[in-house]
Amino acid sequence: MAEIIAAALVNGLLTGGVYALVALGLTLIYGVLHIVNFAHGSLLMVAMFAAWLLAAQGGIDPYLALPLVAAFMFGVGWALYRFVIGRVSHGEDRAILLATLGVAVVLDNLALVIFTGDTRQLETDLTFRVWEVGPLLVSVPKVISFVVSLLLAGALWAFMARTDTGRAIRAVAREPDGARLMGIRPDRIFALAYGIGIACLGAAACLLLPTFYVSPSVGNVFVLVAFTIVVLGGMGSFPGAVVGGLLIGVTESLGGLLLGESLGPIGISLVFIAVLLLKPTGLFGSVR
Amino acid sequence: MKPVLALLVAVVALAPFASSSQYLVNIAMLTAFSAFIGQGWNISGGFGGLTSFGHAVFFGVGAYTVAILQTRWGINPWLGLPAAFVLGGLVGAGIGFLSFRAGLRGSYFALVTLAFAEVFRVLSNSSDLTHGGLGINVKLQLGAANFQFADRRASYAVVLVLLAGATAIAAWLKRSRFGARLVAVRENEDAAQALGVGLVRTKTAALALSGALTALGGVVYTQTYLYIDPSIAFGVERSVEMLLVVMIGGAGTVWGPILGAIALHLIADVSRTWIDTPGFAPMLYGVVLLAIIAALPGGIAGLKGRLGRA
Repeated sequence: MAEIIAAALVNGLLTGGVYALVALGLTLIYGVLHIVNFAHGSLLMVAMFAAWLLAAQGGIDPYLALPLVAAFMFGVGWALYRFVIGRVSHGEDRAILLATLGVAVVLDNLALVIFTGDTRQLETDLTFRVWEVGPLLVSVPKVISFVVSLLLAGALWAFMARTDTGRAIRAVAREPDGARLMGIRPDRIFALAYGIGIACLGAAACLLLPTFYVSPSVGNVFVLVAFTIVVLGGMGSFPGAVVGGLLIGVTESLGGLLLGESLGPIGISLVFIAVLLLKPTGLFGSVR
Repeated sequence: MKPVLALLVAVVALAPFASSSQYLVNIAMLTAFSAFIGQGWNISGGFGGLTSFGHAVFFGVGAYTVAILQTRWGINPWLGLPAAFVLGGLVGAGIGFLSFRAGLRGSYFALVTLAFAEVFRVLSNSSDLTHGGLGINVKLQLGAANFQFADRRASYAVVLVLLAGATAIAAWLKRSRFGARLVAVRENEDAAQALGVGLVRTKTAALALSGALTALGGVVYTQTYLYIDPSIAFGVERSVEMLLVVMIGGAGTVWGPILGAIALHLIADVSRTWIDTPGFAPMLYGVVLLAIIAALPGGIAGLKGRLGRA
């Protein structure tokens, strides 16, 4: 029994790494633009199809394609903000929320038109590779996705903390008017931050692909997970997204083990509702 | 102007009864059905500004209520209507009380409703009461006494009556004190509170009323298709449909959901003649939603005011 629980813990923790990366993009977008990006799951789906196409049609390994897909998704995110979300929403809270929902509806159904509703699975050389660690069998692609996700999270943190662009983004997040006086153009920073948040999804998609399926509705799986992580960690908080990601990965894995396959997923929704009702600022959030 | 408009609406709504084309009647019924559940969403989402991403929770509760009542306990499906109304109202009151007491609003409220719908979906997917993922089949027993109609025109009549009732409630909101309080809360919570409006009470009552109405839509669904399963009942697609109908037609207006439903079904039927691929029509809905948010925040119903001012 102890071994089964240990296996579930390790598995959940490893999955949590890539969840953290997905949530990091969401929390960055919220922290800077104060946008609840409902299109996050759908954009992850777009990234997964991009990576899948490169692998299935172009024969490019998802890990090698990671920089390419991340750059592509940066472009998608940047353009999406510049030409759709930023334009359409007039800066109004409800309009922004509905605009991101509209984008999600369009993307999900566009994928359905192009790729049909079929579920696709990519098998790479590593898909079924496992390491024996003591009594445990650890999936190699999951270890890779965990390590790379945390490295990317660290890199993103360093970028935000150390570079001029990162400082400009943080300045706009805090004081858009003050930043403008310093010669920073908030509209450019907004598109940039949205692009970076979506680029995280490009990387996450490549890391997920060897062990996860792709379908037009795959984003739905991640929307609630990502929002739960971000709310649990505190909206806008970087360490919160990482810790929240790992916690939710473990919650999901233990929920599946203890409650069974069909009732297990309830854990995430319950955590989400409980945090929102009892402590909406999350673990690391500050009162705004 | 008004009597002419009312006459026009009546003629269009009643025309399908004179038609022998099941296709036309079917479209009319689906449109009226979308308008009805849209009107349910509109009570809280439009008049109250309580944007919900999880209204399927009420639809699903209604759909399962009538399915379980008749398959488990042999209770007449017509009694499913009052039962679903009460249960939908209770679920709405519960979700509303918890969320509004915690001070959730805007995007947070939208997300928490999504999570509640997901909780119900997972529960119905794993409970014996709801037959889990297999869903519930209602036995075919045609007859008005069993709330099962061979002629789609009868189903359409039932939906029309419900839609008329829901629209009357929306019209009542326009002129009642409760409606005025609700709109005041939507426009400015602090000001409304300063004037003595109980925020939690008003919003909770709106969500309960909305939930009760939307649950009736679920009853009609089950009795029309004689089958319900967790993703049909609580899936996000249904929630999005209600929201789209209202946002496109005009949130917080009496006629908005009807205009929105007509627009959506027109798009669906016209686009089907161009490209008949799953996903194409819903994709257009998304595009229309974006266009409406960008150019016409009041929806189609807001067009009149705009033209009047120009």
